[in-house]
Amino acid sequence: MIVPYGHVLLLAGALFALGLVCAVARRNLVMVLLGVEIMLNAAGIAFVGAALRWQQLEGQIFVLFIMALAAAEVSVGLALIVRAYRRTGSIDQTTYDLLKW
Amino acid sequence: MTFHGLIFYGLAAVILGATLAAVTRRNLVHAVVYLIISFFGTAAVYYLLGAPFLGILEVIIYAGAIMVLFLFIIMMLRVERQAEYRFSLGQWLPAAILGLMFLVLVALLVSTDPGAGAGLTAATVSPRVFGRFLFQRYWLAVEIVSFLLLIVLIGALVLGRAPARRPTGGTEGDP
Repeated sequence: MIVPYGHVLLLAGALFALGLVCAVARRNLVMVLLGVEIMLNAAGIAFVGAALRWQQLEGQIFVLFIMALAAAEVSVGLALIVRAYRRTGSIDQTTYDLLKW
Repeated sequence: MTFHGLIFYGLAAVILGATLAAVTRRNLVHAVVYLIISFFGTAAVYYLLGAPFLGILEVIIYAGAIMVLFLFIIMMLRVERQAEYRFSLGQWLPAAILGLMFLVLVALLVSTDPGAGAGLTAATVSPRVFGRFLFQRYWLAVEIVSFLLLIVLIGALVLGRAPARRPTGGTEGDP
């Protein structure tokens, strides 16, 4: 007896909402990537809870793949940020207006 | 409320508080350090929910590798402390109201669910069982993920390379 599964889902949902706010409302590109990381982490919590709820090991396996995906995403994302910084000298989203004519 | 339930709610408070602090921080390094606290809490939740191996991986990969990568980039980029633009109240108030309504409704739904009263029974998956299951059933997915990581390695190398001198282009802030 730990807690009902719904409470685990509530924790994951609140964490996901925080990550979404961070990814949408912040202008800094690094904070946007951090928000995506928070959201992936929230999904992992929901998966581990579900694995315990239905006694299926697949949930935990999926968290392993989420971790690999998060590492891949963050390395490419940070490389893109470095490239954008070299190009424009800023990591503020709103200064990227090279396409504006 | 059982002892484990108490631990879970304490960990949830730590995770949410640290994440909230990280999301609202102006300083990027502070945000990353708060997020490391949040990931340690998540690792403890994994341990509590019967996945000790995933808890260890969470500390190594998330709190260790990914956050250190973020710190490297933040310290490499010389981010100036500029005043960050905030949305006006009229812009985010509808979103906040809708999100709050959603949260209240889901909380109601969870609390009135007939099957919600039964707590999760504690069970632990040892790393041996986990690895055996992973490589017996999902070995193809492991191979695909390893291939993805190889592609990402090459992609990050290509993207992060110092750019060649271009005759044209608006590179006014080229270091």
